Amino acid sequence: MTPKAHLSAFGTGLLFATGLALSGMTLPAKVIGFFDFSRGLESWDPSLAFVMGGGMLVYLPVYRFVKGRARPLLEDRFRLPTRRDIDFRLVAGAALFGLGWGLGGFCPGPALTSVGAMSSKALIMVAGMFGGMFLFQQLDNLRSRQRERASSNAEKAA
Amino acid sequence: MLLLLLIGPRRCFTGNVSSGLPLEPTPPHEDYTMENFTPLTSLLGGLLIGLASAAMLVLNGRIAGISGITGGVLRAGAGDTLWRVLFVAGLLTGGVVYGLLSPESFAVTIDRSVPALLAAGVLVGFGTQMGNGCTSGHGICGLSRFSGRSLVAVLTFMATAAAMVFAVTTFFGGTI
Repeated sequence: MTPKAHLSAFGTGLLFATGLALSGMTLPAKVIGFFDFSRGLESWDPSLAFVMGGGMLVYLPVYRFVKGRARPLLEDRFRLPTRRDIDFRLVAGAALFGLGWGLGGFCPGPALTSVGAMSSKALIMVAGMFGGMFLFQQLDNLRSRQRERASSNAEKAA
Repeated sequence: MLLLLLIGPRRCFTGNVSSGLPLEPTPPHEDYTMENFTPLTSLLGGLLIGLASAAMLVLNGRIAGISGITGGVLRAGAGDTLWRVLFVAGLLTGGVVYGLLSPESFAVTIDRSVPALLAAGVLVGFGTQMGNGCTSGHGICGLSRFSGRSLVAVLTFMATAAAMVFAVTTFFGGTI
């Protein structure tokens, strides 16, 4: 990767953090307020929908414009997801993430940005987040090793 | 623009204070009400997030998924780590600068114990790795790409987040 691509990664993170903080996503109470309908619609805070809407308002047309291009400006090729299958992992993973988001009021971006802003609560949450990421990756590695072993054993038997 | 950056998030807190006597105690769970609805700054913030995600696509050819980029730091892949670290460093630096200009944009007013925050973190970390994405990757990028996987993921995590908030407010009175 070129130095320019690295610089762009840093700049993108910087801009992303600014957007998150301006939008109110770094305030867990606002996130909870979006998901809390228990006090009726008068006290519901729909701000989060405006954040998502704003993001898509920019990203959607840019994605459609970029889709037919051969390569990005600073890298040799696009690295975009290609999977289309909806499997158990996708749904279960998303479900667990949602439970954590609702419990702490932080999703990964705002949590990391808040750590930069010296929020001790966000730091605790991020420590847990890295632990959870590490745990899943270890279990995933273990499972794929077991599968490899099982398939090589099956080959030997055949 | 800079002025807006400063006054925007502050508004949602002065809203509560000015509506009553300054010394009147307000329970934490009433911090978020329609008074705190911030359509303008939330939309502008969303546009910036979209712009950053679009830059990641146009320049680096990648999805701006925070959990994917961050999780990849832990997977020691050769030559694939530095840009991820730099992206996270950008997020942190943004937080440092914004936090100095407007510390109230990072106020954590909900009542959460250390174990609850840790558990929330573990769930978010484990879940986003298992489900390949969070609010940015599946939400903004995935939905804009009309990805069926992302639509399913977003509907799922929105539903379980709402269920968790319901459980915490109903059974624990908003304090856990």
